[in-house]
Amino acid sequence: MSMIVTAPGSREGLAQVGAPAVKKDAAALLEGKPVFTDDLAPADALVVKILHSPHAFAKIRSIDTSRALKVPGVVAVYTYRDVPRRRFTLAGQSYPEASPYDRLILDEVVRYVGDEVAIVAAEDADAADRALRLIRVDYELMEPVLDFTEAIDNPSVIHAEDDYHVNGAWIRNDRMRNIVSSGLSEHGDLDAAFAASDVVLERTYHTLADAQAMMETFRAFTEIDAYGRLTVTSSTQVPFHVRRMVAGALDIPQARVRVVKPRIGGGFGAKQSGCVEIFTAFVTVMTGRPSKIVYTREETLTASNSRHEMQMRVRIGARRDGTILALDLHTLSNQGAYGEHGPTTVGLSGHKSLPLYNRVLASRFSFDVVYTNTMPAGAYRGYGATQGLFAVESAVNELADELRMDPCEIRLKNLVREGEVMPQYYDNTLYSCSAATCLTRAMEMIGWEGKELRRDMGDRVRGLGVALSMQGSAIAGIDIASVDLRLEESGFYTLSIGATDMGTGCDTVLAQFAAEALGCDLDRIVVHGVDTDVSPFDTGSYASASTYLTGMAVVKAAEQLIARLRAEAARLLGADARDVSFEGDVLRAYPAGVLGDDGALPPEFSAIDDDVEAIARPYRLVRVAPEAEPVGEISLRELADRLVAGGDGDCLTAHAAASSPTSPPPFMSGIAEVDVDKATGEVTVVDYVSVVDCGTVVNANLARVQAEGGIAQGIGMALTEDVQYDGRGRMRTRSFMTYKVPTRLDIPQVRVEFAPSYEPTGPFGAKSIGEVVINTPSPAIASAVAHATGNYVRTLPITPEKALYGE
Amino acid sequence: MLRFDNYVRPVNTAEALEVLRYRRGAKVVGGGMWMRLSSRTVPCVVDLSDCGLGSIAETDDAFEIGAMASLRDLETHRALNEATGGILERAVRDIVGSQFRELATVGGSVYGRFGFSDVLCALLALDADVVLTGAGRMPLARFCEQGYEKDILERVVVAKRDYRAAYACMRRAATDLPTLNVAAAYWNGDWHVAVGARPARARLLLGSELGLFGPEPSAAKLLNAARVLRGLTFSSNMWGSARYRRHLAGALGIRAVCEAAGMPVPEACAPALAPADEEVSA
Amino acid sequence: MSASTLDVKVTLNGRKVAARVPADQPLYDFVRAHGCKSVKCACETTNCGLCTVWLDGRAVLSCAVPMARADGHAITTLEGLREQSADFARCMAEEGAEQCGFCSPGLIMNVLAYEREVVASGAMPSDEELDRRLSGNLCRCSGYMGQRRALKRYLAARLEAAARPDAAKEA
Repeated sequence: MSMIVTAPGSREGLAQVGAPAVKKDAAALLEGKPVFTDDLAPADALVVKILHSPHAFAKIRSIDTSRALKVPGVVAVYTYRDVPRRRFTLAGQSYPEASPYDRLILDEVVRYVGDEVAIVAAEDADAADRALRLIRVDYELMEPVLDFTEAIDNPSVIHAEDDYHVNGAWIRNDRMRNIVSSGLSEHGDLDAAFAASDVVLERTYHTLADAQAMMETFRAFTEIDAYGRLTVTSSTQVPFHVRRMVAGALDIPQARVRVVKPRIGGGFGAKQSGCVEIFTAFVTVMTGRPSKIVYTREETLTASNSRHEMQMRVRIGARRDGTILALDLHTLSNQGAYGEHGPTTVGLSGHKSLPLYNRVLASRFSFDVVYTNTMPAGAYRGYGATQGLFAVESAVNELADELRMDPCEIRLKNLVREGEVMPQYYDNTLYSCSAATCLTRAMEMIGWEGKELRRDMGDRVRGLGVALSMQGSAIAGIDIASVDLRLEESGFYTLSIGATDMGTGCDTVLAQFAAEALGCDLDRIVVHGVDTDVSPFDTGSYASASTYLTGMAVVKAAEQLIARLRAEAARLLGADARDVSFEGDVLRAYPAGVLGDDGALPPEFSAIDDDVEAIARPYRLVRVAPEAEPVGEISLRELADRLVAGGDGDCLTAHAAASSPTSPPPFMSGIAEVDVDKATGEVTVVDYVSVVDCGTVVNANLARVQAEGGIAQGIGMALTEDVQYDGRGRMRTRSFMTYKVPTRLDIPQVRVEFAPSYEPTGPFGAKSIGEVVINTPSPAIASAVAHATGNYVRTLPITPEKALYGE
Repeated sequence: MLRFDNYVRPVNTAEALEVLRYRRGAKVVGGGMWMRLSSRTVPCVVDLSDCGLGSIAETDDAFEIGAMASLRDLETHRALNEATGGILERAVRDIVGSQFRELATVGGSVYGRFGFSDVLCALLALDADVVLTGAGRMPLARFCEQGYEKDILERVVVAKRDYRAAYACMRRAATDLPTLNVAAAYWNGDWHVAVGARPARARLLLGSELGLFGPEPSAAKLLNAARVLRGLTFSSNMWGSARYRRHLAGALGIRAVCEAAGMPVPEACAPALAPADEEVSA
Repeated sequence: MSASTLDVKVTLNGRKVAARVPADQPLYDFVRAHGCKSVKCACETTNCGLCTVWLDGRAVLSCAVPMARADGHAITTLEGLREQSADFARCMAEEGAEQCGFCSPGLIMNVLAYEREVVASGAMPSDEELDRRLSGNLCRCSGYMGQRRALKRYLAARLEAAARPDAAKEA
């Protein structure tokens, strides 16, 4: 196994990759064109609304819908008696999903305040609203489980139904004990490692069920098309999974369902679960009429999904000199009422945090995921890593303070480096990592060396805090991305993808890969939204997959297309394909042997273990013309025109799929400089610097905005986003009046730079960026506040009151 | 949504009062900003838009703020703000956003007498008067102690005095509702300090109640005033605990008074600003 | 019971529109029903700013204006400002600051209203002033920094053009 050398040289001469290209949909979005789901819904669509449960845990004794049905304009009211009795999950995951099948479209038992009780379909919103108020439900109340630390073996069993189903034994589900999943991952002799430690700290950290709070709430519309099939247009990150979900829930064949994804007003993981499609789909199938559903902000905050609330106990052992020897993490994850993403998110709390300190003698990660009668958790940017990193990075910060060491120094001493095998990361090898550079550069940016961790500013105290983060790039061995790449008449290319741009710009980034590989301008690559009938399969845009995995599929498709272009040009030029070079706008034939090409395609990297030299491929697909005189040439345009002109022509299409045996981690550093008001405890992040290693930066602008946006969400999680429930399980933070996402006044300054490593398994050296960027603010700010005030706030958010009084 | 069945737009306040008194379920709508948070449908909405209450007028001895003037008008009225130490601009600038403040009205804020109101707190410290159709003119402080009578609020009158004033508040997030707010104003030898978002309705305390006299109170007097402010009633809600609010009332009270007085917070006041002191007394 | 209906006449993006609507219909619903789909909504509590339109040239929240009040007034949405918004839109695109784009129209409406004040003052506002003026426009994607960069670049160009009207024409 050779050590990997970061290869910035591999990026020299790139024309499209790295450019700050304007997003392909920017003009339409900024002109306010009607490109979002609700803008496109048919005017005559029935309005679908949901009656939500006012109780945390109850059985429906009876429902009387007769008065509701009499409201003029009301077309239908459905209850649990009307829906198919086949359980499914709303988690947008590859089949067989890692989440339990614990849902029905409507169930006789309601399991949280907000759970769906009835579906109303009406000609207009007013009629639907009036009908909702007239449905009479008689509930038999049951004792809810509201405190997730008391869920296991609670007398109340949340999922006692007979037809509950789990797809794998690895999940270690024990639902009669309210356990969704549990697990353990150990490395080394933990007792010995702690025994060898001079200092051992044990701390408990707690993060809340934050809302993704994308600006566009959940929405979808459905209609029956000319072929009698159900078309679902949805604001979703996972169109192919929604197809399975809708078919499963309605108990109809997948072949009858088509899912279309237009422009999306943000997702951040929320739309990796299918919160509303099943309701409107059910209405359309039952009534034959188009219907639409648009969730309010209140419904989106209280009756959809959120981040998993987690309580994490960290034990950390180190030598007096700061060498970290042992790490022990236990995570208790609050799943809420239904199991979406429960068994998988929790894994990241350990597997994406412990490997940062990979050289420990021993580590242990154990977890339990439990049902409660609160809103179900789902996917939210960071997906468990955010929570785990808050715990582990905070523990490292507390360790540094205990040892009176500089928190940056302790990290530089212990940090994982390129070439290491990571036992808590499925024994993967770390092929690319510039985490240390990320940290040292961030220190320079903030002026770390010249500043004390605590400075008195009169009525305020200024504190510094630091944290590191890692994530993954796609789910190894599970995610799959495929693309179709087509040469069109006149020589432009159509790039069909199943990855779902939700505002992140992946359509543009993937087109940049294609343009780079094909030696053309970005304008010559055409992309569009996703339609499961015509787009190639992609598991979807989540798990930081699109740039890395779909990007690789784009490169592979370009490789294949170029091979076919060369073959067709060779045929027309009377040459051997091995002697034809593709030079972007033109293909030239050279005398035999000049190109020295054996005609073989690069190997499938997904089939290769450990041999990283073989994995890395020559991404430079466009040939620079050799010295020799060509013996013939044909322009791409002429070739394209000839290929569609009949005769021996063939409209050239290449299809490629990518899956990865590894999930290369991107890294990020964050340093927070905060002011804490001595009298009020008010925390202001006066400066936040961050340096990101996402491998090759594919689009300088979009990567930067990803980082800035992730940091802002992280700052919200750290300081202002305070999910609160009342004693009966009703969420009190039900609107943007009470659930405070940061305004621009809450984010005075964020500065981002990049320290790109080169990932040999990624397209042009790229890794992911979407999620890693949300993870550092919480631990960095918590530490900065601790340095300023002496108060270690271990339960987020760090409200002024907590900063002032401690917990 | 602000929902209503009927809508009337009288052309003067006398007519508006008639409608309000004799039409069942009639309610005056200001900006309608908070009213729309309720899910109730109002049987009849009385809109004062045509009653000529939309401006801020300056007379020889006062500023007359029409009930339908927007918070944005209040915020951007240069003469009014220059005459009142800028506290009205300071008080409203954190309220949601400029587009909200274009619609929200002074009358809506004052008549609503919401506990969290920034506008009410600032106007109280200025010892403003309100003019009601029917009930006539009365001090805002007295209006604050009343229940919601069927009155039409026409205008708020801020007398021209030699104000030295300051506003301080604590918000969990920049444009959130305040966890606590304090406004302090001084003129003619008298201090006026209003404390709101306790979370109950703002209370005005006079210099005599606070033991504050003179333009630059001593540290001892400030500490005493803080003690009085902490003696108000406070309770807990989502925005903060009673303990925290009690502490803030003292700390922000000292800050607001010192800022209004144009002096730094005396070193000797540090104990009232630090939370440790509070925990003992609480 | 639904609200009494009202015959309203408004000027929508320069066009006269007459319609019979429920008196309590929010202006937001009205403009969308009349084809102005740029106007978006992300809350029900007047917190998000996505529904910002101009009412007689003032940037207001269309979700909080009942049609009874909009009657007789001039309403402008982004659809009516295509040319006027093009330069700022380009600045946003060049920063990638639109991201999902769902909040962009509301922001642009507020920025173009603000621009008049800035140009009239003749001076570039501080970062804090910019943030304060636009704090009613939420964005969950961008972290606001890209929007600030785009805005400063745009306002600098506008201020320069206002100071040198001839140069602006040449450009």
